Amino acid sequence: MTRPNTYRSGPDERGHFGIYGGRFVAETLMPLILEVEKAYREARADPAFEGAIREHLKQYVGRPNPLYYAERLTEKLGGAKIYFKREELNHTGAHKINNCIGQILLARRMGKKRIIAETGAGQHGVATATVCALFDMPCVIYMGETDIARQQPNVFRMKLLGAEVVPVTSGARTLKDAMNEALRDWVTNVADTYYLIGTAAGPHPYPAMVRDFQSVIGDEVRVQMQELEGRLPDSLVACVGGGSNAIGLFHPFLDDPSVQMVAVEAAGHGIDKGPLAHAASITGGRPGVLHGNRTYLLQDEDGQILEGHSISAGLDYPGVGPEHSWLHDIGRVEYVSATDQETLDAFQLCARTEGIIPALESAHALAEIVKRAPKLPKDHLMVLCLSGRGDKDIFSVAQHLGVKL
Amino acid sequence: MSVAVDNGRIARRFAALKAEGRAGLVTFITAGDPDLETCRAVLHGLPAAGADLIELGLPFSDPMADGPAIQAASLRALHAGTTARKTLDLVRGFRETDADTPVILMGYYNPIHAYGVDRFLADAIAAGVDGLIVVDLPPEEDEELCIPALKAGVNFIRLATPTTDDKRLPAVLQNTSGFVYYVSIAGITGAASADNAAVGAAVERLKRHTDLPVAVGFGIKTPEQAADVARIADAAVVGSAIVTRLAGGLDADGKARPGLAEDVLGFVRELAGGVRGARGSV
Repeated sequence: MTRPNTYRSGPDERGHFGIYGGRFVAETLMPLILEVEKAYREARADPAFEGAIREHLKQYVGRPNPLYYAERLTEKLGGAKIYFKREELNHTGAHKINNCIGQILLARRMGKKRIIAETGAGQHGVATATVCALFDMPCVIYMGETDIARQQPNVFRMKLLGAEVVPVTSGARTLKDAMNEALRDWVTNVADTYYLIGTAAGPHPYPAMVRDFQSVIGDEVRVQMQELEGRLPDSLVACVGGGSNAIGLFHPFLDDPSVQMVAVEAAGHGIDKGPLAHAASITGGRPGVLHGNRTYLLQDEDGQILEGHSISAGLDYPGVGPEHSWLHDIGRVEYVSATDQETLDAFQLCARTEGIIPALESAHALAEIVKRAPKLPKDHLMVLCLSGRGDKDIFSVAQHLGVKL
Repeated sequence: MSVAVDNGRIARRFAALKAEGRAGLVTFITAGDPDLETCRAVLHGLPAAGADLIELGLPFSDPMADGPAIQAASLRALHAGTTARKTLDLVRGFRETDADTPVILMGYYNPIHAYGVDRFLADAIAAGVDGLIVVDLPPEEDEELCIPALKAGVNFIRLATPTTDDKRLPAVLQNTSGFVYYVSIAGITGAASADNAAVGAAVERLKRHTDLPVAVGFGIKTPEQAADVARIADAAVVGSAIVTRLAGGLDADGKARPGLAEDVLGFVRELAGGVRGARGSV
């Protein structure tokens, strides 16, 4: 395969990253998708829009968050020098808010009156409910009934923030069904509603737009690593469900050939344990079309979508952002996976050595660092995206560890 | 494009309807719902019950433009083991008994993508499929399936909606063949019903842009509503209401009770009565 001059120019004007991406939506939604694309293009050209995002990220979200040298973990693993990008210190406790600030400012510019969103673990739902409270807009969050049962604290947070949480009882009652239901709402309320998608997937322009809003992660790492070490990092590691924190960290470095990138999917019980045992779309799936884009999907022979499994409700989406599919195919990013057990081990290790309880999503990336760092030299600079904090996960972790709370 | 495509049945049927001076009834059922045997009985009985064109749903796990009735139908069909191949088998079996009633497959792209576009089109033609309606393939993605289908001789029927404005309409109509399906409400299948005056104006607008027949669907639940649409469009499409009637004939385990097919066909007969009597009663 010929190497492109740049990995950062995508998507093309029709939303394609190589063969991935696109706009596979019903005709009713198509004019809206085009409207979002036009509004986003205009907003990006407006310095006032960029300024408003910068100001909110600074004053409200608390950015820039630190690039923290994880000294004890580094010593314990005995290899690469490990840095954490502390996205878990953001307001609301995860990287999700970066995207929500950008999109709610766009929705306001477009004159939309009502916000809808889907959520799996509830982090995106909380971030969306938060910005809706801040900007005084009605907010409806679709969440699978199964996820509601396992993420009660976040459901209550959303309600405290004034959002309406609608239980989704169709299909498997998890994230993909919540997205179906949000699309059904959007197609019914086209005139006044903005769909605030939480990850770098969906129809164009969402994958590119969410990536742009999340690229603040990688942009800050670039500056911070320069200040701390006087050079670029050697490798970047992030977890991937839909893949928004990973693409946000990776994208600013895609054209720096010395920077290795590793994305970690959820292997659940193990990828070799069958198609329903994991949520690794790239490592264990194949290309198809769902939710507006062509991308790697968990699906059966007949093209029916399968329900992924992961200990982390934020990673068990049966697809992945289209840019990741492309970066995988061209070999720019390495896609690996971590099992539930490896993740639980890394989760506890991080808590005990660094005093940080990570989100189970982020603990997948930590599990990869545990495997990789010891084999690398001490001058290898490795950055982990600590995408969220683990407070929301303590109940399910306790259950897995056999502890009754 | 439509000239190159026409394999005949859809155009012949609309020409015959025009000659009769009436609108057509387009009925939707999901392939394999609630099981292949019962579905076959309903399918084979549809023409005699008054269906002029048949839409057969290709089941998909994630039908994001459909309401609860058709979502449930899709899941029932999948649980009964329905695949794209078995859907085509149903059409092949139907063609042995009926050479004239157009059959249009309606669904989402991924099952066709997984089957392989060229292989799917070849097998669909061999089975006797006349057209495709693929909800998540707007004109922006025409080269995926629409252009290959037209080249292979399968009609590609597009949905036009209340959000399709005059600026966009030519792009929507450009590679449409067979007929145009006007979605009368912005929403999912089986939801609210549209206002007749608004539908009439929309059909007139479409007619200014195309010579193709216009079928109207979404929200038509009763013979009376079907008759209202039959007065202003070339055909009325009924889906969720038929599927709901079918679901009413299931037992607690989701199995078909005796008489289910006859009951569904009886409802289709009532709908056909509405459509056929519509213009005479104006």
